[in-house]
Amino acid sequence: MEQPIQSKSSFWERLSTGLACFSRVLGSADFCRQVETLLKPAPARVTEPVPAKPKPVELPPERRHASGLALLALLQREGRLIDFLQEDMAAYSDADIGGAARVVHAGCRKILTDQLTLEPVLKEAEGSTIKIPAGFDAQRIRLTGNIAGQPPFAGTLRHHGWQVTSVHLPAVSETLDPGVLAPAEVEL
Amino acid sequence: MSTYAIGIDLGTTNSAVSYFKLADATARGNAQTMLAIPQVTAVGTVSEKLLLPSFLYLPNAAEFPTGALALPWNREQSKFVVGEFARSHGSKVPMRLVASAKSWLCHSGVDRQAAILPWQAPEDGQRISPLDAAAYYLVHLRTAWDHRFPTDLLAQQDVVLTVPASFDAAARDLTLRAAEQAGLPNVTLIEEPQAAFYAWLEQMGEGFRKQVKPGDVVLVVDVGGGTADFCLIAVTAKDGDVGLTRVAVGDHILLGGDNMDLALAHTVNQRLAASGKKLDAWQFNALTHACRQAKEALYADASLAHYPLVIPGRGSSLLGGAIKAELTREELTRILTDGFFPRASITDLPQSSRRSGLAQMALPYAQDAGVTRHLAAFLTRQARAMSAAQDAPVNVTGQTFIHPTAVLFNGGAFKATPLKERVLEVINSWLAADGSQPVKELEGAELDLAVARGAAYYGWVRRGHGLRIRGGTARAYYVGIETAMPAIPGMEPPVKALCVAPFGMEEGTQADVPPQEFGLVVGEPTSFRFFASSVRREDQVGTMLEDVAGSDELEEVAPIETTLTAQAVQEGKLIPVNLQAMVTEIGTLELRCLEKGGPGQWKLELNVRMKE
Repeated sequence: MEQPIQSKSSFWERLSTGLACFSRVLGSADFCRQVETLLKPAPARVTEPVPAKPKPVELPPERRHASGLALLALLQREGRLIDFLQEDMAAYSDADIGGAARVVHAGCRKILTDQLTLEPVLKEAEGSTIKIPAGFDAQRIRLTGNIAGQPPFAGTLRHHGWQVTSVHLPAVSETLDPGVLAPAEVEL
Repeated sequence: MSTYAIGIDLGTTNSAVSYFKLADATARGNAQTMLAIPQVTAVGTVSEKLLLPSFLYLPNAAEFPTGALALPWNREQSKFVVGEFARSHGSKVPMRLVASAKSWLCHSGVDRQAAILPWQAPEDGQRISPLDAAAYYLVHLRTAWDHRFPTDLLAQQDVVLTVPASFDAAARDLTLRAAEQAGLPNVTLIEEPQAAFYAWLEQMGEGFRKQVKPGDVVLVVDVGGGTADFCLIAVTAKDGDVGLTRVAVGDHILLGGDNMDLALAHTVNQRLAASGKKLDAWQFNALTHACRQAKEALYADASLAHYPLVIPGRGSSLLGGAIKAELTREELTRILTDGFFPRASITDLPQSSRRSGLAQMALPYAQDAGVTRHLAAFLTRQARAMSAAQDAPVNVTGQTFIHPTAVLFNGGAFKATPLKERVLEVINSWLAADGSQPVKELEGAELDLAVARGAAYYGWVRRGHGLRIRGGTARAYYVGIETAMPAIPGMEPPVKALCVAPFGMEEGTQADVPPQEFGLVVGEPTSFRFFASSVRREDQVGTMLEDVAGSDELEEVAPIETTLTAQAVQEGKLIPVNLQAMVTEIGTLELRCLEKGGPGQWKLELNVRMKE
């Protein structure tokens, strides 16, 4: 009798794994490199049997996504991002919102530039016509419009995309609750 | 055996570490390697940064959760925290924040080994001494280094520590003590403007010969976060090659970029107060921060007429409590460009009326914010000194001030190009009035990091490579001698000054022994008043100056003292001694008493505890 080696993951399990990958890629350059090798087209079918992996220890969600939460905490600390998003915009004029947006923009931008190296996925100018070769990286390039036939395609670059090429996120102590994004402040 | 030459810039507001791998044996050019310094940047968060803010926070025992201040090399809860979090959190709790420790270290009006910081701490609050603070910054840098290079511990490397050129013998001595206390017993000192010049030399490589020629005089203008420092380096012809001589340094001016941001914030704050908006300390901090951003934006883009300032609400409502203001270009120009770098004439002297907005703490801040006026005074004073000297390194014939031919800028303040342009404009106006050519600017790089980088390079140069800047001590030193006169109530007897160390003593040399004898009683502490002069270039060992009190050329340094120890039989015996000064290999001044006609030798220590 044949037993399936691995059961197919459900959509939600895959989504959860994907999100966990996302936050770990942001948090660890090493992990990011590992993912990059996985993402490259496999040279040939791997024939060696995959060694049975030890069952991963189940962590509670806020631990599993600790680095994602830490990034959110960083954006709040430097750029008041959560305060801004949680605020009821209806009560304020555009001028007031514009003023606050400067605080959020300056602070959050500092995080992006200091902690991550951001680059466009495609270097060509938006609006220019570009060629999409056969075997293009479907994660890096999303096709829209009239998709018919086989690559190579020619199309107009609408958005150059973003990718992180290096990550310098701070190390966060594991003894603290990652769920606390900003402590309450009490002045004595 | 040392693998690296390491430069440590122990700055007033930021510290940095650069390292030079000795085995590479070649100048690093633009790739002057820096140590990324792990530091606590928020509760439970450690980031690596090239600059370690020189701030120390003394937390309350219950203030933070366990592990909140842990560092990669120290998981235990530390008694204090150094770096970015200390600065950002400490600005909200000033009574627990130690800042500008370096300025306190050279403040002769306080006991620098006494626990006096934070200056604003309440009576029962925790305090540390300026010396301890400097040592703790160095401990942080040492452990960060050792963590990164566990097989090349910092204590075993060639470490060069930078000090302002204007640091006197006592402040240099204290810097060394701090290093010793931090577990770095063998460090060499270098003056910061010289280090900046070394960084430029390393960057240029051999190309520097195209930039400067014999006869050139390079003025280094270094305006850091808390201090302004001037230095003159002469390019000379020596044995068919060029030589470099540091010919003069300025006096200590407590005036820097932080004062500038503060001055802007105070101006806007007054405007807000006039319209009925009163800011608390937290909001004022946010305003200072916003002013710094506005300053950078306005200086970077000359077409902007004003820049909005937003002080966000302190509560979770960002918009609700926000206060809006703006900084106009007119204000920026009036307060910063014209206020700190006025179009002064060469004959202008720094004013001595106290300005508001500068006196933040009980430090002897510069009373005149005009950096260009301080510069005019420096160049004029040094020209006078050199015209009186026999073989002055710079020809000042017919000049009322020293004519620099090139300027090297250093310090974060000069990231603003308009400020560099203003300084050049002012110097050129002085030169043009005297019929001289305008100066040229030497293009340095990384105004924040150059001092650490140049110090690391100097560690390599000291091993006999590249070009070394000569010059020796930038001061002559004197011992005070009370003149015998009948006591008159309410009048101090005049004090004469005996030169014991002439200007320009090179490292590793000792001065002649002046003929004057002193009688020291064995077993009793003896103390001498001690003076320095940055302009008396001609005095030789044994020169006696009358009436110290009436001289504006002498500055009093911490007193020097010793206790002659000897066998019990000699207790109370009067021993005649001569004084001799020497400059050590690492750049500090030492004084000793030599027993006349005998073998006895006693080292005199600078007493930095308290100046009467």
